[in-house]
Amino acid sequence: MALRSSTRWRFRQPSVIPGFGLALGVTLTWLTLIVLIPLSGLIWRSSGLGWSNFMALVLDERTVNALTISFGTAFIAAVVNLFFGVVLAWVLVRYRFPGKRVIDAMVDLPFALPTAVAGIALTALYAPNGWIGSLLEPLGIKIAFTPAGIVVALVFVGLPFVVRTVQPVMEEIDKEVEEAAATLGASRFQTISRVLLPGLLPAGLTGFALAFARGVGEYGSVIFIAGNLPYVSEIAPLLIIIRLEEFNYPAATAIATVMLFLSFIMLLVINSIQAWSRRRYSNGA
Amino acid sequence: MEVRVQNIRKEFGRFPALDDVSLDIRSGELIALLGPSGSGKTTLLRLIAGLESPTDGTIFFGAEDASRKSVQQRNIGFVFQHYALFRHMTVLDNVSFGLKVRPSSRRPPAAEIRRRALDLLELVQLSGLEKRYPAQLSGGQRQRVALARAMAVEPNVLLLDEPFGALDAQVRKELRKWLREIHDRTGHTTVFVTHDQEEALELADRVVVMSKGAIEQVGTPDEIYDHPVSPFVYGFIGQSNCIDVTLSSGEIWFEDRPIGLRAASEPDGAATLYFRPHDIELIDGCGGCLAGLVTASRRVAGTRHLELDLGKAHPPVEIELPPERASSTDHTRIAFRPTKWKLFRKEGDVAVAPRQVEAPATELVRTGT
Repeated sequence: MALRSSTRWRFRQPSVIPGFGLALGVTLTWLTLIVLIPLSGLIWRSSGLGWSNFMALVLDERTVNALTISFGTAFIAAVVNLFFGVVLAWVLVRYRFPGKRVIDAMVDLPFALPTAVAGIALTALYAPNGWIGSLLEPLGIKIAFTPAGIVVALVFVGLPFVVRTVQPVMEEIDKEVEEAAATLGASRFQTISRVLLPGLLPAGLTGFALAFARGVGEYGSVIFIAGNLPYVSEIAPLLIIIRLEEFNYPAATAIATVMLFLSFIMLLVINSIQAWSRRRYSNGA
Repeated sequence: MEVRVQNIRKEFGRFPALDDVSLDIRSGELIALLGPSGSGKTTLLRLIAGLESPTDGTIFFGAEDASRKSVQQRNIGFVFQHYALFRHMTVLDNVSFGLKVRPSSRRPPAAEIRRRALDLLELVQLSGLEKRYPAQLSGGQRQRVALARAMAVEPNVLLLDEPFGALDAQVRKELRKWLREIHDRTGHTTVFVTHDQEEALELADRVVVMSKGAIEQVGTPDEIYDHPVSPFVYGFIGQSNCIDVTLSSGEIWFEDRPIGLRAASEPDGAATLYFRPHDIELIDGCGGCLAGLVTASRRVAGTRHLELDLGKAHPPVEIELPPERASSTDHTRIAFRPTKWKLFRKEGDVAVAPRQVEAPATELVRTGT
């Protein structure tokens, strides 16, 4: 078989599991209807603009600012989530304490809560007259209605992605590996930084990528806390809505295409890092 | 370095895993902890390593009390059953890990670490594989990396927990021989845990037989096999038969007849007779012997194993004969007598030492296994 497949690609390998043709058909149809057709429609609409029009729309200062804010805040939020998500997962996996199951369940709240509700709640807290905002204001720190507020909202919605991808991998870490490091003289800190964390890298990157992707596209929770000042705290999805409301469809699709393109590039990069690290050390063992 | 375990007691919850265990391990010795699962052998090994702390008792490394030291300070090498290699590190990084994590005052220079790791990889016959990752190695290779990694820190004592347990029979045999060679070459004091008696008897200088959290017997493989001191060791090491007998004025009686064995100076009463399947002689005409009907016959390598039915009230007895002697005996009645045997009194009683066995006649033996 190996010989044959090297000379001629065979579409269908004999398999004991029936239904390959049907399953592949359903998969492709579904993917086409839900993902490919809308995305290609987007590209098709914006390609009708012509290159110079397109570039003019994209390089518009307000658009560039909105894109920078969207990707920048999503990146910062994903980094914060990567750190605290790993710590949170560690606590949930490693320690037993009263209320652990409640906390474990609460991690999923950002998944379930309507994002607008989260946005309003966060705004109420972080606004200059809110509980937290009023404490920070005397220090000269403003959270709500600045990009910092966007980061806070994105940290909120992105947290479960990191926790839920890292947690199962952490649970599978063999206790013996830690004991082996200890018998070799490694301190607790060395064991964590040199043995445990590198092993969590692929899962952590997956969580990071998911939180980042979610952050770039997030709308509901952000628009309340962001203040939406053009050039300062206006996110790209909001700008798309604004253009749509102005019936300026070419501008809306142009921004959308750039977002699609940038998201695609970033996911590709992160996935390649992941595939590389996975190929290196997580098969078998 | 010699290791002395003194009156160690270890409880998990309220269940004692080890109960007042003492053991002297000589410097440079290869010693096996042998026992069924739940006998406390792995717990003892982990206590020596410092991966568990004793409820009571002391462990000495040389003259130094090691029991209050942490596992990092004890400087031991530990090999796990499932290797526990760091899978995101290359083979070379795995082996040099123990040297790299040392505080800078005790850490050799990088070139020296590399040289030592490469030397060790040569010792375990893995030269050329230093850039591989654990996932790219076979089980036997991984276990050899684990051993090289443990030896890299120049440990006081090398501890191996069922080191060949996860490997298939062929690889296991090879590695066993190879471990013996490595030990003879490097001379590390080595303790390994196994439930495989063949492995323990073949590999170790001395064997520690454990059962139910206590040490049953410590001795060379010969002593353990030829002179077991308790019914448990008799039953656990090698094949053995046991039958219920009665003692009457120095004669051993089986049911209603004497079997021609004498245990002089023993008080009358019930006892259990132990003997090995190959320690028997066939007798013509039964003037005083054991006799049974052959119910099954199996050829095992160079000998034939016969199963004999001694009577309804007794479990079947197995004996081994050369095939040419056994061929004429199928489905007939066989009369035989043990040539080497040992008597143990029932629960809480005194062991009987016949002439053939040199153990002292007054030795107290735990029964009840």
